[in-house]
Amino acid sequence: MIDRRTFGRGVAAVLGGAALTALSLSPALTKPAEAQGTLRLGMTLADIPVSFGQPDQGFEGFRFMGLMLYDALINWDMTADDKPSALIPGLAESWSVNKDDPTKWTFNLRKGVKFHDGSTFNADAVIFNFDKLLDKDSPQFSARQGSLVNFRIPSIKSYKKIDDYTVEFTTHEPSGFVPFQLCYILMASPAQWEKTGKDWNEFGKTPSGTGPWKLAALAPRESVEFVPFKEHWDTSRVPKLDKVIALPIPDPNARTAALLSGQVDWIEAPAPDAIPRIESQGFKMVANVYPHIWSWHLSRVEGSPWNDIRVRKAANLAIDREGIKALLGGYAIPAVGHVTPTDPWFGEPTFKVKFDPEAAKALLKEAGFSTDNPVNIKAMISASGSGQMLPLQMNEYMQQNLADVGIKIDFEVTEWNALIDLWRAGAKSPQANGAHVINVSYTTQDPYSAFTRFMRSDLSAPKGVNWGYYDDPEMDALLRTADGAFDPAERDAILAKVHARAVDDAAFIWVVHDVAPRAMTTKVKGYVQSRNWFQSLTSVYME
Amino acid sequence: MFAYIARRILYVIPIALGVTVIIFGLVHIAPGDPLNAVVPPDAPKETVQILIEAYGFDKPIPVQYAIWLGRALSGDFGISFATGRPVAEAIAGGVVNTLILAAGAILIGMTLGCLIGAIAGYYQGSWIDKLATGFAIAGVSVPHYWLGLVLVIIFSVEMNVLPAMGMGPGGAKDWAWDQAHMRHLILPVITLSVIPIGIITRSVRATVAEILTMEFVQTLEAKGLKSFRIFLHVCANAAPTVLAVSGLQIGYLLGGSILVETVFSWPGTGFLLNDAIFRRDIPLLQGVILVLAMFFVVMNLLVDILQSLIDPRMARS
Repeated sequence: MIDRRTFGRGVAAVLGGAALTALSLSPALTKPAEAQGTLRLGMTLADIPVSFGQPDQGFEGFRFMGLMLYDALINWDMTADDKPSALIPGLAESWSVNKDDPTKWTFNLRKGVKFHDGSTFNADAVIFNFDKLLDKDSPQFSARQGSLVNFRIPSIKSYKKIDDYTVEFTTHEPSGFVPFQLCYILMASPAQWEKTGKDWNEFGKTPSGTGPWKLAALAPRESVEFVPFKEHWDTSRVPKLDKVIALPIPDPNARTAALLSGQVDWIEAPAPDAIPRIESQGFKMVANVYPHIWSWHLSRVEGSPWNDIRVRKAANLAIDREGIKALLGGYAIPAVGHVTPTDPWFGEPTFKVKFDPEAAKALLKEAGFSTDNPVNIKAMISASGSGQMLPLQMNEYMQQNLADVGIKIDFEVTEWNALIDLWRAGAKSPQANGAHVINVSYTTQDPYSAFTRFMRSDLSAPKGVNWGYYDDPEMDALLRTADGAFDPAERDAILAKVHARAVDDAAFIWVVHDVAPRAMTTKVKGYVQSRNWFQSLTSVYME
Repeated sequence: MFAYIARRILYVIPIALGVTVIIFGLVHIAPGDPLNAVVPPDAPKETVQILIEAYGFDKPIPVQYAIWLGRALSGDFGISFATGRPVAEAIAGGVVNTLILAAGAILIGMTLGCLIGAIAGYYQGSWIDKLATGFAIAGVSVPHYWLGLVLVIIFSVEMNVLPAMGMGPGGAKDWAWDQAHMRHLILPVITLSVIPIGIITRSVRATVAEILTMEFVQTLEAKGLKSFRIFLHVCANAAPTVLAVSGLQIGYLLGGSILVETVFSWPGTGFLLNDAIFRRDIPLLQGVILVLAMFFVVMNLLVDILQSLIDPRMARS
């Protein structure tokens, strides 16, 4: 037989070698690299957003790529955290609508603006960028970029250069929402596109916009580095940091660990159950209300139980929103409507959205239902997804709340991308299979995204995402009036009426607004979390 | 022998073709429009339809398959429609990064697996055997991602001695086998090596225990051979089995681990595959799965050839 000592010596040699290797590697590991004017940031994305102009990956793509490198004609004001973000002049100094023909808008462009490559921004650059999205015959046309943003500019019919610094846009019909649409169209440098062989994918490697940051390095799925564009036209937006390094860390636990171990200085959306730990270790949490609503979108097709307003109101009264807020570590705002009461579009609804299970039971009893004879609802939900927060836990919490008053919920859990497909297809589609609810969280950043697309009767599938076939002639009229209002104050007043009517009609089941929690080290200074999906890093510096 | 090797290589062709059919079929029968993860959720169905036509997804599936296969055979896996970057480039980068991880995990997995397995086999029935078997079962049973998270919590968050994620300074493009980068390897490699350690330990243990009961071992002892020489004979006889098991494990490791690479944000093939799945980036998804499947096919071929070299009876049979 084999000598036991032979084994013993072998084992000792292998284990000893392993231990020595570990020891030789570990002494230098005790201290993470010190950032000096460099912000290292963990995004929730799994890959770096595309850099060739219009970003992909939703609003986080705009936040950490699009609006870093590029400006639009109209920008969002991201300097305040105590009021909703407003639209402000960007590459256009001013704009006005023609009083005689309100389908025509004149934009006066800012002079003296340079792209990162040194070329000049002017009316030709604006036309070049709109042709890139809308003119299939132009050499710079990009179907991919168009698919990412064209749905945000439904009003734009045509555009033309008046002179080097004036551009005119024509809309299909008079629309006061035009500024809310044009703020998504980012201006890329025509000269750089020429230089990079007229290829947008090549352009993306050395992109050139007029934004406050320049791209310094990009490693797919690993990191993207930005350095300040010192010649930015708005001196108040010249970045204070030397560099921003953004890393895609899709797993919330990995993101949290990266922060706690000092590998990054800032993370987006930490894992909710890790927040007490983050705070106890001396990191700071930053959060603010922003235009987001987590709700149930209701089917109003024939036969849906939600066609009875008493059932809709009862469901809204059955939800313990404070309990859901606690589930989210306290980082949410219980909803009392589609937007928050501090929003100029909130209005004065008479129906109060609150937790009142007794009132809910009474309404259901009136409608002929009870816990013994419940309303049966089929809800389509996802297990994860962008902006969905903790969909399984939150939906199960609601399921319990609703069961307590006499509404029985059956879930059909779908993968996030498949749910998006079902959402686009509408409640009448065969794929919906008679579902009464779809749970997709929404932005309320602009009037079209907040209200029109869900409540105008002509925007059901395939034209739009009025998933539930909401059809209210008076709401249609209000939405069209709001769209036709060119004075912001007048427009906001009409939108307040839209919102009040939606709440009084219990058009959705509103649950919570996200507050976009972010965790960061105390070395991060100067950050203002604006009430917007987009954020500015220009004021940030490292202490 | 050469005929055997040639036959085995020929077998690879229908297997590879079968793999491409299955990959293409599976990717296309998944629910949902192929582009719905690439265009924004708010984009209406009409916009999605325009892109479906632009990318040729409206063509019959067999036609799409023929076009894809034709290109893939020439090494062109197309362009990722999520990022606009060539798929082949993305896969090449991912494979290299995964190889770095896999190399460490293979080294640890095979060394410790063979060692612990041999000890357990040698001391079969003893407490050492039970300990080793328990360790092997734990290695096979412990979920990867859970172990990864626990290691991160202990060594990165609590003790702050090892990094929690990434490939180190400069990322993949600046990778070097130096201290600054290798420290990033330690936790993912340990996490990744636990399963191969467990599986190889069990196989080696069973094989060694079985060989030790064979008559030729008693003959060798009777001839007065020293125990180390006997051990070499045992190893030679155990090698084909160990090689077959290890080969499969290497195949798994080369494929990358979605969970481990996601937990450690390691930009390998697993991370790439995860991204491709969630964004339903079909060209990337097809390319990655095909390359990973081919790793298995080639690894099996190599193992078969190696086995036949070690034990020529296999080639004859």
